[in-house]
Amino acid sequence: MHITQGQFSFLPPLTDDEIRAQVDYAISKGWAVAIEWTDDPHPRNVYWNMWGTPMFEIKDGAAALFELQACRKACPNTYIKVNAFDNTRGVESTVMSFIVNQPVMEPGFGLIRQEAAGRTIRYTTRPYATERPGGYSND
Amino acid sequence: MTSIDLQQILTDANIGEVLDQLDQDLVGLAPVKQRIREIAAFLVVSRARQQLGIESAPPSLHMCFTGNPGTGKTTVALRMAEILHRLGYVRKGHVVSVTRDDLVGQYIGHTAPKTREVLKKAMGGVLFIDEAYYLYRPENERDYGQEAIEILLQVMENNRDDLVVILAGYKDRMEKFFQSNPGMSSRIAHHIDFPDYSQAELVEIAGKMVATMHYRFDDGALKAMAEYIDFRQKQPHFANARSIRNALDRARLRHANRVFDLAAGGKSKPTAEELSTITEADIRASRVFDGGLNADMKVESKADF
Repeated sequence: MHITQGQFSFLPPLTDDEIRAQVDYAISKGWAVAIEWTDDPHPRNVYWNMWGTPMFEIKDGAAALFELQACRKACPNTYIKVNAFDNTRGVESTVMSFIVNQPVMEPGFGLIRQEAAGRTIRYTTRPYATERPGGYSND
Repeated sequence: MTSIDLQQILTDANIGEVLDQLDQDLVGLAPVKQRIREIAAFLVVSRARQQLGIESAPPSLHMCFTGNPGTGKTTVALRMAEILHRLGYVRKGHVVSVTRDDLVGQYIGHTAPKTREVLKKAMGGVLFIDEAYYLYRPENERDYGQEAIEILLQVMENNRDDLVVILAGYKDRMEKFFQSNPGMSSRIAHHIDFPDYSQAELVEIAGKMVATMHYRFDDGALKAMAEYIDFRQKQPHFANARSIRNALDRARLRHANRVFDLAAGGKSKPTAEELSTITEADIRASRVFDGGLNADMKVESKADF
């Protein structure tokens, strides 16, 4: 099961050149680019691990790609995303976010049913990936 | 037979314009200009070869500029970045100028992130490392400079399309540096040596600098400047064009002082002419005419400049 989230979730995975072009766009807007990774692909998981600090002073997308390669090497079997943060007063939020790396095996989600009072059923989803949480890799 | 229009590549990239500007703006440096023309021609030809599919790998572009201080290494590096940018060998064409302090950390584990940070900043442009030989300190085997060199080498090799590294420094020290770092030497394709300026060239440079500061020399000052350069060249710590710039800055101070004194005495109101003319006296007041730094030891009362 191929999980997609955020910007470009409707597209096939971006190539490195396409990622660089997107980062170049973010740089041209003056946004700080950051790389984050996680092993928990739940859509409500907002706490991803930071790969280094956001890159404030880069001039070219190649620099972000350089860090992305390093991140892919260190955490090959995780989800990695690229964020761009707009620090303009009044905006001050993440304005771009797209996934650039997925694990080879994506186990998907399980549906958990909770039987509540009466015959009420509460549903929740749980990523199978988190059954075996483990630092850098899931294999 | 497929053919390609070299002229077209040249005009598309506007290289001629940059080279002509280089010729006009920089006095002397004939061998340097020649080498840059050669490199530019080489880049144009390999671009053409790439378009025809003869050549696939981009040429190695890392360079080394050697020469004494003030011979125009940084200035030429800026122009080189522009040439590389126009020919599409670097994407952004900015220059990040660093020294050892910017690359090497102060404790274990500090160097790698610091060097990578600088390299990331330079990507898409040119990384200019001034006095690069300080990176290697053989007298201290635990020096972190070696770590910076290793990261540098790795990026120079793997990210060739992303940045061009230019090392700069004194010739003899650079040679020693390359001898002890053969890996660095083999990755640098172009070595350019910057000769010292002759006295006549320095006078011309002084004239250009004064013009860019919107001042002018009167006839006496021009003669005094030529003599000044003669004396200064023979004294220690002579840094070519940089010494000339410093001399002019001090002459401007004296000029300002003189004009101010005149005006403060209420004797005259300075005209625009007076405000922008450096006279013979402004130059001749320099201690260089009394033998430079050594003169201070003999005459204690002499003003600082």
